[in-house]
Amino acid sequence: MSTYNFDYLDELEAEAIHILREVAGQFEKPALLFSGGKDSITLVRLAEKAFRPGKFPFPLVHIDTGHNFQETIDYRDQMIERIGEKLIVGSVQQSIDEGKVVEQTGKNASRNALQTVTLLDTITKYEFDACIGGARRDEEKARAKERIFSVRDEFGQWDPKRQRPELWNIYNGKIHTGENVRVFPISNWTELDVWNYIRREKIELPSIYFSHQRDCITRNGQLMAASPFLNMDDDDIVINKQVRFRTVGDMSCTAAVESEATLIDDIIAEISASKISERGARMDDKVSEAAMEDRKKGGYF
Amino acid sequence: MNILKFFTAGSVDDGKSTLIGRLLYDTDSILADQLEALQSSNRKNDDGTIDLAILTDGLRAEREQGITIDVAYKYFQTEKRKFIIADTPGHIQYTRNMVTGASTANLAIILVDARNGVVEQTIRHSYLVSLLGIKHVVVCINKMDMVDYSESVYTNIIDRYKTLAQQLKLKDVTYIPVSALKGDNIVQRSARMNWYEGESLLHFLEKVDTDNLDQSQLARMPVQWVIRPQTEALHDYRGYAGRVLSGTFKLNDKVTILPSGASSTIEKIEFFEQAPEAAHAGQSVIIHLKDDVDISRGDTIVNASALPQESKLIEADLCWMDARALDTSIMYVIQHNSKTTKCKISEILHKVDINTLEKHQADEFRLNDIGRVIIKTADALAFDLYDDNRANGSAILIDSRTNLTVGALMFRAAVE
Repeated sequence: MSTYNFDYLDELEAEAIHILREVAGQFEKPALLFSGGKDSITLVRLAEKAFRPGKFPFPLVHIDTGHNFQETIDYRDQMIERIGEKLIVGSVQQSIDEGKVVEQTGKNASRNALQTVTLLDTITKYEFDACIGGARRDEEKARAKERIFSVRDEFGQWDPKRQRPELWNIYNGKIHTGENVRVFPISNWTELDVWNYIRREKIELPSIYFSHQRDCITRNGQLMAASPFLNMDDDDIVINKQVRFRTVGDMSCTAAVESEATLIDDIIAEISASKISERGARMDDKVSEAAMEDRKKGGYF
Repeated sequence: MNILKFFTAGSVDDGKSTLIGRLLYDTDSILADQLEALQSSNRKNDDGTIDLAILTDGLRAEREQGITIDVAYKYFQTEKRKFIIADTPGHIQYTRNMVTGASTANLAIILVDARNGVVEQTIRHSYLVSLLGIKHVVVCINKMDMVDYSESVYTNIIDRYKTLAQQLKLKDVTYIPVSALKGDNIVQRSARMNWYEGESLLHFLEKVDTDNLDQSQLARMPVQWVIRPQTEALHDYRGYAGRVLSGTFKLNDKVTILPSGASSTIEKIEFFEQAPEAAHAGQSVIIHLKDDVDISRGDTIVNASALPQESKLIEADLCWMDARALDTSIMYVIQHNSKTTKCKISEILHKVDINTLEKHQADEFRLNDIGRVIIKTADALAFDLYDDNRANGSAILIDSRTNLTVGALMFRAAVE
């Protein structure tokens, strides 16, 4: 009997590669939704492992709110140059200019919710029949029940009541015209698994994931990066803080956490510690993170 | 560190929610939104401790609202292992969800209420475990605190279960007396049951042999995608991408390509800038062959000295998963790994009453029905029997009218 080294990250990786190749085999016009966040960056590495030395059988699609961290855009452009794959950008600004969506007003205005319209328009325009996303089942309760191949109607809606049974490692990607499938290759990964994989694979990340000095204001109990995209008034006091971001999204709705973590090892230690510390001690962080993920669920993916 | 996938079937009344809640809580694996619910909830146990069942409340809420009750996947990790739980409801109307959850599991936890012993539901869950070929079974005799931690109550229940296990040909069964509510024998061994000499549940889960990587000689790799860069530098490059279902492929192994029957030899195995000498079950790789043979998605590369069966007429167990009943007069699509072809259910041999295990004649198959059928396919399938090779012995049925997955198939024999 031969023995070989096949640990949990290898198994998660092999499963994700299998799923990506099923997308290639089963769909005519797939796309990979790229947000610039760690989960979609992980997907890009997995796609390289699935299809190199060939090209990806799909373009990357970025829905640009126009309110991104510059670091994310720089990272995106450098990455595209490195991997030599096609990038399609769906612009929320364009959706606003065309009158398809209306910019929110008020102190908590954000373009996060507007992304959905731009995403759906982009899917329609390019006739994508499958969109690969980096959502994970450990994010929250509803997501825990979502399939790896998750069928959406022509309005982009997920109907939990109409989910297909998903058995063994067999994925049914058959759809009617107008429908499309969201595919989640890293469904079975946890946040910690993603970080451990990034460390193992030595994957570079946008610098905002790591501790840095930044001017912030406090909004609804959360630290927000001071930026022209935030509707600020005299009540907002700008303070310089040592922070990092746990998720990457629109500047107007992505909260920072105070952190000294400058290396991936530090981040993994930070996440591990927040799981084993006195329960509730880091409640605020945890709740804000879950809320962030919720926004992601409602919008991008 | 590796992964253990297990499935739990049971109803709220069995203490399943409390058991899973206890495992998640005691291994610090609670999600932020649930933690908040837990801390702010007024729901407490009689003795004032936290009601851990709140952690799996997703399912309870669904039931109260009368919406679909489904499989929920949960994750936790210890220093020894990563665990994936397929959490499924246990009532008979959710049989298809249990089958779904069980299909990817290596281990099943069956909960028995110590006050009630082996009941109809226990038989049903155990039958599904045997049908889906789950290798390890842990029978947790729960609520031991309600029977004064009595050894004789425990012994009587396991004696009864052993008869059932024999009947169902369950080979590897472990019995653990627990109280999920009080935490007895879940993470730590209980001081209240010194007569029990085995391990705690978590300790057992941490060390049970996962063996999800089948080491048999049945080397099989369905081709998912052909990689042809067609660049100047890689003009003749032709790699077959897939995930090894079972067995091991090594350099220079003689292989057969099905359904064509063509022969070749493995020239190179590739995995992202590496060229390993072997590809093992579970790994996603690229295989290169010495000969120029015509291979596309849906074909399977197999070990030439251990061929699978090939047939257009297959006897299989079927679990029906759709609200619309099986129609033996229409064509369905069968998906067997990367291969799809048209098919018909040509005969219903019997249905099983999954509460009593009795077989009876039937001419219809409705939601949650399970039984034996003969399936006739347009193209021959290259398959193994489910009991020999789960990954190459299973398939799904798709209704082309709705595109829904309507049936789960486990191959039992090629029909001569």
